[in-house]
Amino acid sequence: MSEKHIDEETGTETTGHEWDGIRELDNPLPRWWLWIFYASIAWSVVYWVLMPAWPAPPGMQGHTTGVVGNSERVNVANDLNALQASRADFFTRLEAADGYGAIESDPALFRFALAAGESTFGNFCSTCHGAGAQGFVGYPNLNDDVWLWGGSFEDIRHTLVVGIRSDHPETRFSQMPAYGADGLLSREEIRHVRDYVLSLSGETGFDAAALDAGGAVFANQCATCHGDNGMGDQSQGAPNLTDAVWLYGSSPEEIENTIWRGPYGVMPAWEGRLNDPTITALATYVYSLGGGEAAAEAEGAAGE
Amino acid sequence: MSTARHNLISAPGVETHQVEAVNDATQRKLYKKREQIYPKLVHGKFRFAKWVFMLLALGAYYFIPFLRWDRGASAPDQAVLIDFEGRRFYFFFIEIWPQEIYYVSGLLIIAALALFLVSALFGRVWCGYACPQTVWTDLFIAVERIFEGDRNKRIKLDRAKWSFNKAWRKTGKHAVWLLIAGATGGAWILYFHDAYDTLSHFFTGGSPMSAYLFFGVLTFTTYTLAGTMREQVCTYMCPWPRIQAAMTDRDALNVAYRVDRGEPRGPHKKGESWDGRGDCIDCKACVVACPMGIDIRNGSQLECIQCALCIDACDDIMKKVDRPTGLISYDTDINIDRRQAGLAPVYKFLRPRVLVYAVSLAIAGSIMLFGLTTRASLDVNVTRDRNPNFVTLSDGSVRNGYTLKIINRTHDDLEYTVEIDGPDGLEWRILGQEATRGLTVDVPAERTQDFRLFLTVPRDTITTSNESVVFTVSPQGSDETRTAETVFLSGGPR
Ligand code: SF4
Ligand code: SF4
Repeated sequence: MSEKHIDEETGTETTGHEWDGIRELDNPLPRWWLWIFYASIAWSVVYWVLMPAWPAPPGMQGHTTGVVGNSERVNVANDLNALQASRADFFTRLEAADGYGAIESDPALFRFALAAGESTFGNFCSTCHGAGAQGFVGYPNLNDDVWLWGGSFEDIRHTLVVGIRSDHPETRFSQMPAYGADGLLSREEIRHVRDYVLSLSGETGFDAAALDAGGAVFANQCATCHGDNGMGDQSQGAPNLTDAVWLYGSSPEEIENTIWRGPYGVMPAWEGRLNDPTITALATYVYSLGGGEAAAEAEGAAGE
Repeated sequence: MSTARHNLISAPGVETHQVEAVNDATQRKLYKKREQIYPKLVHGKFRFAKWVFMLLALGAYYFIPFLRWDRGASAPDQAVLIDFEGRRFYFFFIEIWPQEIYYVSGLLIIAALALFLVSALFGRVWCGYACPQTVWTDLFIAVERIFEGDRNKRIKLDRAKWSFNKAWRKTGKHAVWLLIAGATGGAWILYFHDAYDTLSHFFTGGSPMSAYLFFGVLTFTTYTLAGTMREQVCTYMCPWPRIQAAMTDRDALNVAYRVDRGEPRGPHKKGESWDGRGDCIDCKACVVACPMGIDIRNGSQLECIQCALCIDACDDIMKKVDRPTGLISYDTDINIDRRQAGLAPVYKFLRPRVLVYAVSLAIAGSIMLFGLTTRASLDVNVTRDRNPNFVTLSDGSVRNGYTLKIINRTHDDLEYTVEIDGPDGLEWRILGQEATRGLTVDVPAERTQDFRLFLTVPRDTITTSNESVVFTVSPQGSDETRTAETVFLSGGPR
């Protein structure tokens, strides 16, 4: 031990260490600090008694439970229940609502449905359809007014419930043959019908000489689903080939490729994963994106 | 030993105090425990001014929440209210919305400039008279005097052993301090909720948790800062003296001991001549009066809060010894120097610094006033959807989505006309509302309402990928209009 040393200036003993002539005063800890320290220790004992604190054998739930019986797990469950309860009224109203019009005419309910639908969309749908529902190649843009299986509120809702080519027993299902891959058409026939399809929608870049041959192939192979004039059929999810919107791309190569392989897009069924009012809210949100069709229009199938 | 000196002082009632200034810089050690300061009660014009100011300040603080201001049915009628839930700040005729937080900045800038200006003119008057720390400490010391007597009695009581007398005096003092502290914390929360409601709910436990929390925190801080810490707050905690030092200069009026007149100091016997000596009789009345525990005769010091109590104390002595008052007085550094050099004092109030502060203050004030008087009761914002930027519809036309936000700051429900000017062939509709050009929307009083709009342009009229769109909104039956400009994106002609 070094020698006892008293600092002249303060009259305080130093710790005895010296670094380049600098010594450290051996001041006691401030009393207020010590009291807080003791109080903390005392408090920790109180805390052990009150709150879950110590590991314990599995027979005792794996930890001491504390006199207060606090459990974050239970708290979270309670919070969730409270949240559910606070939404219960809206959910009942959503369940009872008869169609989009009924929801829209109730401003508070409409606002709730849009908010709930948007957050559900963000959780479950944006992976495929994009955060703004803008879609990607092969994943429909839900903002536009093109609907393979119908864009009325009821149609959208039904699609959400059963999915498309999903494992739901009543799923919406249709299949376009892989004309090239399965050898149903020759490469040349596919090119002809590709040019024909291009001409249907007013796109450019097709070979006018191929149109007759293409038309013949179309009438044989495609018209059953897409209709004689290529207007599509929502009852079997066959796209309208005359509009400006293309799910798999509008370039000659992309169309050729689509015919070659026969697309087979899948959307999961949400029944059983989302509850009924949530699906309604989701449908409300998707419908409100601006492309929704009026119910009557969808029924009058022939359409304008 | 004190009796011997006593006799040297020239007038009845003049007492010499055997003290050293507690905060004397020349005596201060590097390590020193705090020494209790026992400021002695003085009488005089500055003390009176401080009482008056204290009454006004405390009165204003406790009374303002109860003032009413009629804003119509849809808004609270409390004159000064910081309404966090409603996200509004009401200050008499001023009403600030979250988007207008710059008005708060404006108020703060004006307050700062005003402080600069008075500092340049009168030094640290803020510290001496207006600072809450000063006001409440003064009040707490007054309470202390009621229970424990003036300086000498307090010193004696503190040195005395514990007795019933000491116990009840101390308890009484702390009880009253706590009451005042509680009232201070209590009044604070009245600024955040309706005062009358809060008052009736507070004692029955019906106020929000935050109210009790702030009540507790402010009670505690008032009690400790004004009751027990006092001058230490000004000396060690407050950054303002350091900042303020930059605002004043040698021409600013500050409490000062006129060395030229006072020195050489020393005891004075009655009948003795005053020739060849200074007016200061070294009675130290100024030292014991000082709540900061300093000796102003050592020159201006960081600790001095410019409370002028030493002026009152010394003036009192000067009257008793038949010398002119003002030995300690509001004076400027320059004049002290000039007097010492035998020159006549000059007071220059109009200095560049003062002018700059005054002009800035006037400008800031006018901008603020202009902003407030011409404050729009209507605000319009448009945000464009970015994801997707645009949507191609089946017929080839292009649609953009927008959110139109209308802020109605009036106290009435209003109907607004919306007009949209954009590319040729523009069609539009609003979500949840069928409409054509020139549509109207309702916005309730004091509300911000969102509307979702879809604008569609036919393919064949699209000439560029980026066209401007202007939304014009006006309340019906008024010619006030607001416009918001945005763009229509289409990816260009095909
Ligand atoms: S300045 Fe005045 S109050 Fe202070 S010691 Fe001198 S005479 Fe006394
Ligand atoms: S020196 Fe005088 S003015 Fe300054 S704090 Fe002390 S009493 Fe107040």
